[in-house]
Amino acid sequence: MASEIDVVPGVATRREEATGFFQRMVSKGLGWARKNSLWQYPFVTACCGMEYMSVMSARYDIARFGAEVPRFSPRQADLLLVVGTVNCKQAPILKRIYEQMSEPKWVIAFGVCASSGGFYDNYATVQGIDHVIPVDIYVPGCPPRPEQVLDGLMLLQRKIQDQPHKLIDRIAAPLLAKIGEDS
Amino acid sequence: MATEGKGIGGHDSLATHGGSGTGQPALPAGARIPKAYDGPLDAPLMGKQMVVNLGPSHPAMHGVTRAVVTLEGEIIKDMKLDIGFLHRGFEKSCENVTWGQCFPYTDRLNYVSSIMNNVGFALAVEKLCKLDVPVRAKYLRVATAELHRICDHLTLVAAMGLELGAMTVFLYGVEARDLIYDRLTEICGARLTSNYVRVGGVARDAPEGWGERTVETLVRVAELREMIDALLTRNRIFVDRTRGTGVVSRADAIEFGFTGPCLRASGEPYDIRKSAPYLVYDRIDFDVPVGANGDNFDRYLMRMEELRQSDRIVRQCFEQMEPGPLVVADARYVFPPKPLVYGTIEGVMAHFKLVMEGIKVPAGEAYSYTEAANGELGFYLVSDGGGRPYKLGLRAPGWPMVAALPHVMRDVFLADLIPTFDSINMIGGEVEQ
Amino acid sequence: MAKAVIEALLARFPGIVHDAYEGVGGDDCALVEKAHIAEVCRFLKAEPALAFNMAPYITAVDYLGADPRFEVVYNLFSTTHNHRVRLRVKVPEGDLEVPSVTPVWRGADWFERYCLDMYGICFPGHPDPRRLFMYDEFVGHPLRKDYPLRGRQPLVPEREVKDIFRGPGPGGRD
Repeated sequence: MASEIDVVPGVATRREEATGFFQRMVSKGLGWARKNSLWQYPFVTACCGMEYMSVMSARYDIARFGAEVPRFSPRQADLLLVVGTVNCKQAPILKRIYEQMSEPKWVIAFGVCASSGGFYDNYATVQGIDHVIPVDIYVPGCPPRPEQVLDGLMLLQRKIQDQPHKLIDRIAAPLLAKIGEDS
Repeated sequence: MATEGKGIGGHDSLATHGGSGTGQPALPAGARIPKAYDGPLDAPLMGKQMVVNLGPSHPAMHGVTRAVVTLEGEIIKDMKLDIGFLHRGFEKSCENVTWGQCFPYTDRLNYVSSIMNNVGFALAVEKLCKLDVPVRAKYLRVATAELHRICDHLTLVAAMGLELGAMTVFLYGVEARDLIYDRLTEICGARLTSNYVRVGGVARDAPEGWGERTVETLVRVAELREMIDALLTRNRIFVDRTRGTGVVSRADAIEFGFTGPCLRASGEPYDIRKSAPYLVYDRIDFDVPVGANGDNFDRYLMRMEELRQSDRIVRQCFEQMEPGPLVVADARYVFPPKPLVYGTIEGVMAHFKLVMEGIKVPAGEAYSYTEAANGELGFYLVSDGGGRPYKLGLRAPGWPMVAALPHVMRDVFLADLIPTFDSINMIGGEVEQ
Repeated sequence: MAKAVIEALLARFPGIVHDAYEGVGGDDCALVEKAHIAEVCRFLKAEPALAFNMAPYITAVDYLGADPRFEVVYNLFSTTHNHRVRLRVKVPEGDLEVPSVTPVWRGADWFERYCLDMYGICFPGHPDPRRLFMYDEFVGHPLRKDYPLRGRQPLVPEREVKDIFRGPGPGGRD
């Protein structure tokens, strides 16, 4: 369920990829359920963590989007919120946590350091976490205002709604190493 | 403050010593806590040490720190701290940009109180350039720095409450912080990373009516602060977990290099704003709280009291501030006013040189220190006379406290690690530069 | 401000402490010979009139092109007398060993590890000489002037991402 879903379905007339009415309803229902109950893993490193605290709190409530539950175990989370700068020492840990999460999972790069390295273009910083893991939504800003984060979350919700969901996913998700090879 | 009596039901012999309700006095620092298990049936358990990794991505490890603790039962025998997971190359980045472009980098050091970093760096550069900023700029610097100090202490108290189980306190603290951020957005443009101070003064003036609005905000923040105080300071659970834990003696604190509220909590009354005043702190009347025990509860009480004192300082700044220039009238460091830039040839030339080349700081070295929210924030600058810093060394206030943790956390319960990590206020951005 | 300190040092260590000067803003500084820095620091801490009980900041500077190339700077402070002093120790590139002052102040521990990690200066006598910020697989000392700013040594193989164009400015200059 990662970011390889950009393909326009111009093949909707092909029989094996045509989805019937029931499958479409299930997909919409699952999409609705998954987007409104995102359990996040807050991978907080730096200054954006302060804005993350503001987003979680009473004023810029993220709970109205159903996403207020932080789960500090990656196995129980489905949204990896990478908040703040990731440097070369932290990158293997980020990759490991991403691999430990189970499908379906999504990644939001919160802040400009996670999106592209920010202004830390030096020996220590990874220039964007998309060098390490696939990312769904990039929220720029240094740090982004909480309203920007909520906008990014709403964009992610629209993306989740539009993705095809199945009750049982028979096709195994590709391993991260293979994703790195062809994208 | 906390009553030294029995709680409901009498003595609790397994509770942390010194907490209210145990009936037992606090143990001296480094004392051996008696084991909870004893006897021949537990013999196979004794002597088995377990190594637990509190990994870099952990909710209680503020920012990213890796603590590898060797446990015997629940007692920490040895702790090894691994840092560097947020090392962003601050010093090397600053060596490759101009002096004015360093300010955003300094913002992100102690990101909860950014303006204090800006002020510290500006004072260091002005020490080398031998500049004295105008009075109104000094008052604005002090007022905004103290507002950010309030934010820092609120964040610490909120996080401490959250990690010890009091989530309401977190919500109150962050609400109070958001109110102050609104005021700071009006003056700086950003909530968190302000980039407000410039070499020679401040970036812009306070908008119309900002002083009055800030005082109203401070009234509301004071209400929230008193609510937090009422929820935590005499709370049996909070006091039990923080009183008597993480004790650092006065001599140890000085030897490790503690400064700021953590040093004052251990009994040493050292505050740079009083002993070596800078900006306008000598004209403002405020008190400096000093603790007695050096434990987590004292460090928490330091922050609560400093919240009240910072409130006083900001109000006095607004009372004493007079209209005036905001920057030094020296065209080598500061843009000349626009009528001169458009009207005179010297103005155009000065503006052009400043935009294209940045300021040039005379060669030399200087170490300048200010009292940031966490302690002594020092900048050691070496300039070669050019437009870029040759060396920008940062003395992070949180650094000695984190370095001392493995020495402080010996023979204590694992659960005592959490309030200690909270109360020393480790901010990853400054400790790992 | 701390003239008495410098005078006491010059009197007690005649050849070792030399070139005392007053820095910008009234700081008192002196240069100290590398081999004897631990003795000097012990004296400064023990002598009751000086009582430098805290070492708030110890760092190193790389003067590439000068000989000796490195310099370790000790900023010391006394809580009882409220005075400060700065000691500078010149370290040539060929002999990067400076006696550790960690036995004098335990707080100097991490500062010396930082100098080791970032500049490569060793401190014999240090209880735990390992890197502080960078990971063990990192080769080199990043804050040296000849280490490139963008010398990244990634630990995980990086995915192929079409990088954005970097325009003029400090980001695109070097």
